[in-house]
Amino acid sequence: MPRTLAQKVWDEHVVRSAEGEPDLLYIDLHLVHEVTSPQAFDGLRLAGRRVRRPDLTIATEDHNVPTDLLGGPIADPVSREQVETLRKNCAEFGVPLHRMGAEQQGIVHVIGPQLGLTQPGLTIVCGDSHTSTHGAFGALAWGIGTSQVEHVLASQTLAQEPFKTMGITVDGPLPEGVTAKDVALAVIARIGTGGGRGHVLEYRGEAVRSLTMEGRMTLCNMSIEAGARAGMVAPDATTYAYLQGRPHAPAGRLWDDAVAHWESLRTDEGATFDREVRLDSASLAPFVTWGTNPAQGAPLTGSVPRPSEIEDPVDRQAAERALAYMDLAPGTALRDVAVDTVFVGSCTNGRIEDLRAAAGVLGGRRVSDRVRMLVVPGSMAVKAQAEAEGLDRVFTEAGAEWRSAGCSMCLGMNPDQLGRGERSASTSNRNFEGRQGPGGRTHLVSPAVAAATAVSGRLAAPTDLEG
Amino acid sequence: MEPFTTHTGRMVPLRYSNVDTDQIIPAVYLKRVTRTGFADGLFSAWRSQPDFVLDRPQHAGATVLVAGPDFGTGSSREHAVWALQDHGFRVVVAPRFGDIFRGNAHKGGLLTVEAEQEVVESLWELAESDPGAELTVDLEACELRVGERTVPFTVDGHTRWRLLEGLDDISLTLGHADAVAAYEAGRHPWLPRTVEVPG
Repeated sequence: MPRTLAQKVWDEHVVRSAEGEPDLLYIDLHLVHEVTSPQAFDGLRLAGRRVRRPDLTIATEDHNVPTDLLGGPIADPVSREQVETLRKNCAEFGVPLHRMGAEQQGIVHVIGPQLGLTQPGLTIVCGDSHTSTHGAFGALAWGIGTSQVEHVLASQTLAQEPFKTMGITVDGPLPEGVTAKDVALAVIARIGTGGGRGHVLEYRGEAVRSLTMEGRMTLCNMSIEAGARAGMVAPDATTYAYLQGRPHAPAGRLWDDAVAHWESLRTDEGATFDREVRLDSASLAPFVTWGTNPAQGAPLTGSVPRPSEIEDPVDRQAAERALAYMDLAPGTALRDVAVDTVFVGSCTNGRIEDLRAAAGVLGGRRVSDRVRMLVVPGSMAVKAQAEAEGLDRVFTEAGAEWRSAGCSMCLGMNPDQLGRGERSASTSNRNFEGRQGPGGRTHLVSPAVAAATAVSGRLAAPTDLEG
Repeated sequence: MEPFTTHTGRMVPLRYSNVDTDQIIPAVYLKRVTRTGFADGLFSAWRSQPDFVLDRPQHAGATVLVAGPDFGTGSSREHAVWALQDHGFRVVVAPRFGDIFRGNAHKGGLLTVEAEQEVVESLWELAESDPGAELTVDLEACELRVGERTVPFTVDGHTRWRLLEGLDDISLTLGHADAVAAYEAGRHPWLPRTVEVPG
């Protein structure tokens, strides 16, 4: 019987299947960070359990780490305790850890792919909703809560309710200036924050195939913002070229064997999705959010909606609340919205290609005097690469701040936060109320739009800066 | 986990949709390393505003939260469940929940009940007009009872059984250790390991 990509990966990981019970799935890779793990390690200690497979587990420090200094102790005592707790737990249970400032430290969803640990066909979990990122390789990857983190640490398995599948096809080539982030925001605006609920999304079609691995990661990363269980792209030559030679990628004969298997990881001809959504790439344009959930977005050429014209009463009320919080008048042209902060970084857009895109716009230009711009690489390796390419100088010469690796202003658990009433254009993933700091207002954008906005001081695409 | 069979309590009507877990508990409260003590972070941004529904005296001690669609979207933070429980909630009723939140809730014994928007609206109206009105959530019969009205709801059978019995998932799984070991023996040889770089 023809199967979807997601079904194939699922089937290959069933440890135990019983009538009336969820399947027990084996987990190939468990990513751990400091925020959602301390209570899980405590649970193991209380029950006298060990970590079953420390060799399939990897930890990093990312959410709390300050990005403006290295090596010194974290100033916030509560953040410091959380990071130190992770260090103690990893030492006690034998879990490898990339500490703040180390060569391979960084955001958990940036270092997995960078190390070659993220591979096609794997099951990957992490106590973080953006684990969907790893689906870019054709892995089945999803975010879990702390109880499940403990479950995976103890057993290397998870009991999972069955999922539905949704095919999202983007036909045709992407127009000039349209990035993976714009595709992601357009998909979420189309299906809504609950549209993917219970589904694994598979992104397909020419526009998706044309994306680099980093673009596919951005797209899959945002799947959770549509409420999806996971997002996936079938592996292909682009995937193999990215992986080959990375530290944990197979080599020699094992590489050939792996590729032969990976070639089978695609949705069979004749397999059906529970739901299918099609987007015509020609209809896509640089996209920006105007509200307080990621589905409240529109093309940058558009305007803030008029809630009175929204038919669904729940959506209308949500739009009214969002505009009040965002302090935006209905009908305002999005290009007229002034920002005071620009953030480039996060597990969504903190990779080297994202930094190149932003630097490409900023080169020879200046960040507006009214704007503070933060550029935070997703990992120390991305930072080193950017510095080798001279991107750091482009940023600093334009007047932006160049930082160390971490989650930073995406969620403001470290000192990088928006102040009350401040407004950002941000390459991160969530425009929720207060996400980047209490009272802060967020517009989600791509790296290129972020950089153009930093120059103009208002939401702008790179083409708006010309002439 | 404490078993959940039937609960009767007063309601808090939260007339918002898309209540993401950042609203339920902002990131700044996630720095703690304990499993309890999160009640002060619950809806903290909204509670800093005057007259937020949770703080109205007529709803003090209510144990059932009734919210709009897409409750618990966003971040996977289980702290959202802990904060709701620490505040005293045993049940959340909404038309739709974020998947990860719903899973987390059921791990910890907080019941999520999916109800039609129309049911939610009627519960909102009742809680507002008669804050003393009680809702009964019966997991054995899978029904909500309020006044004369009975509304059935569905929960998957396995989750229902686990909640009714108060079972610990990890103990259940470790009972299948042989199946896990058998699976492990057949894994592909090229699969990555984190502590060992292949030569």
